[in-house]
Amino acid sequence: MLSIKNLHANIEGKEILRGINLEVKAGEVHAIMGPNGSGKSTLASVLAGREEYEVTEGSVEFLGKDLLELAPEDRAREGVFLAFQYPVEIPGVSTTNFLKSAVNQVREYKGLPPLDAVSFLSMMKERMKLVEIDQSLLSRSLNEGFSGGEKKRNEIFQMAMLEPKLALLDETDSGLDIDALRIVSQGVNKLKNKDNAVVVVTHYQRLLEYIVPDYVHVLYKGRIVKSGTKELALELEEKGYDWIKEEVGEVL
Amino acid sequence: MQEVLNQRIETAKASASYLPSEERTKAMTWLQANGLPHAKAEEYKYTHLTKVLEKEFSLQAGVAKSVVTKEQLSGLLFESVEAHHVVLVDGVFAPELSRIAADSKQLEISAFHEAQQKPAYLQYAAKEAHAEADPFIALNTAFASNGLFIEVKRGAAVELPVILYHISSASDAKPVIYPRNLIVVGENAQVKLVEHYITLGEAATFTNSVTEIVCQQDALVDYYKLQFNNPSAHQVGTTQVLQVKKSVFTATTVSLDGKMLRNNLNIVMDDEHCESNMWGLYLLNGKSHVDNHTMVDHRKPNALSNENYKGIMDGNSTAVFNGKIFVRQDAQKTNAFQSNRNILLSNDASVNTKPQLEIWADDVKCSHGCTIGQMDEEQLFYLRARGLSYESARAMLLHAFAADVIQNIKIEGIRTLLEELIIERLSK
Repeated sequence: MLSIKNLHANIEGKEILRGINLEVKAGEVHAIMGPNGSGKSTLASVLAGREEYEVTEGSVEFLGKDLLELAPEDRAREGVFLAFQYPVEIPGVSTTNFLKSAVNQVREYKGLPPLDAVSFLSMMKERMKLVEIDQSLLSRSLNEGFSGGEKKRNEIFQMAMLEPKLALLDETDSGLDIDALRIVSQGVNKLKNKDNAVVVVTHYQRLLEYIVPDYVHVLYKGRIVKSGTKELALELEEKGYDWIKEEVGEVL
Repeated sequence: MQEVLNQRIETAKASASYLPSEERTKAMTWLQANGLPHAKAEEYKYTHLTKVLEKEFSLQAGVAKSVVTKEQLSGLLFESVEAHHVVLVDGVFAPELSRIAADSKQLEISAFHEAQQKPAYLQYAAKEAHAEADPFIALNTAFASNGLFIEVKRGAAVELPVILYHISSASDAKPVIYPRNLIVVGENAQVKLVEHYITLGEAATFTNSVTEIVCQQDALVDYYKLQFNNPSAHQVGTTQVLQVKKSVFTATTVSLDGKMLRNNLNIVMDDEHCESNMWGLYLLNGKSHVDNHTMVDHRKPNALSNENYKGIMDGNSTAVFNGKIFVRQDAQKTNAFQSNRNILLSNDASVNTKPQLEIWADDVKCSHGCTIGQMDEEQLFYLRARGLSYESARAMLLHAFAADVIQNIKIEGIRTLLEELIIERLSK
């Protein structure tokens, strides 16, 4: 589904990603872990099409298409979804309001007719249950005055509405208490199936108790330096990142 | 310019006017002594109206010599809005073109010449808009020959909005048009007023208007000024408001088109527990220029003023915002808030914004803020990352930015119309 080869990316002339290689297949859950500043969020941003990053080398193929050639909206329409680490506040725009346009523009891209108001609302009602989100929250200005937990639940709700093939969860666990973490994770798990894939970016192992990864990759200084199964996450939780740095330090 | 002005004043002295003669004479004397603002005059330094007048227009008061027919107005009035439609042609009330379904026990609409003996007219006509306060108030007071008097009677809640259409017949002589209105809203009365400017044809116009509004005790007044008909219109207008005890006055000024527009909104809160709201939206492109000068004068305690002006500027457009708030020594427990936010969509658009607070009382809450910025890239990216095209994400964000002004419009038909105009403009 997703094939990243030797990906290099800069921001303001500073190289953050220095040769990422990663293969994600349909039905898989990948976790990307690593110390602060290792490039985890940059990777998610580059995949979603954030324009301040400059890709200098390498390629990203998504379902047979060159992802890096596509505008952010076309990546979303192809099925890439980024759950933001810091969802932006937009006064005057409600979730309901913009999602209706978003869902219909995605449908138009796929050659499907637009959803009418009734179908859209009934779809919303059904997906709201997944993340236990309230209608009133969705009618308010997007993220304005939302708690951390509400913002993250709203991200997963949008994911449920857009039904992406590849979900990138950028530190969706940061700032969440254990109850909110459970709700958000359950939402993601319910959306999981054999045809889609999830890439979870996180600093901690806790989220991975709920969203269980098939593969765990450690990102350090812009490269994946170690890959393994969920046991690797447990080891990182126990020992921290220093042993990785030492191990890699010898190689680099 | 002064020479031409003096000649015109001499002519005006000899011709009849229904404005109070004492104030008229005062205005003429003031103009003879001070003239119109020169290029460096502080209050008009960004908006050189004198130069435009000098080059392009004749100061002669516009005579409604061209006959405007109902057919010419069809499609230009807000036909779908149930309202009292009051048409003025070149500053002169045209009852034959108007549709007023008012009960005279609630609402009276007449020209100044019919209002000369009415107590409210005698008490307030030309009493609040002072010639010495602004040269264009002086010019209007000196040259307007008639005007429109509206009285909302004590206790009357006028259900339908009263819409004033200022029609400029745009004759070749390029006269300046001097609309003059006095609106007295009685104790515990309520009314919604709209001033809308329409130019027939494409010609450049110059309108110099004065609207005086008196809000008596417990009166509730919603006032709307709409400017979107003519990209070559020049307008300088003063809305002068006097608020008495516990009255609530709300002004909404929406400017979408105009060559050079200057809106002076002056509110004097001359009593306790008054509330005034000033909302403004200017959404400009091309070479439009809009200058909003507002002044709110808190003279007595326990009053609230709230001001929010927003601008979206494209093309080579320019805007000016100047917000004065005075809190006099007596006006303890005043709450006064002011905000002016602007988004520039092009490198050639510009905004000059200036808050001006002068506070003599010590127990007050006042705040002000102004911002000039570009589109928020982070917000744009967020919406695009959900599948919205760049154009629709941009339009959605700009619409949301403008919405908190438009949402306050209480006349549904006009709100819908403006929404449509704005969406169309923002989707370009």
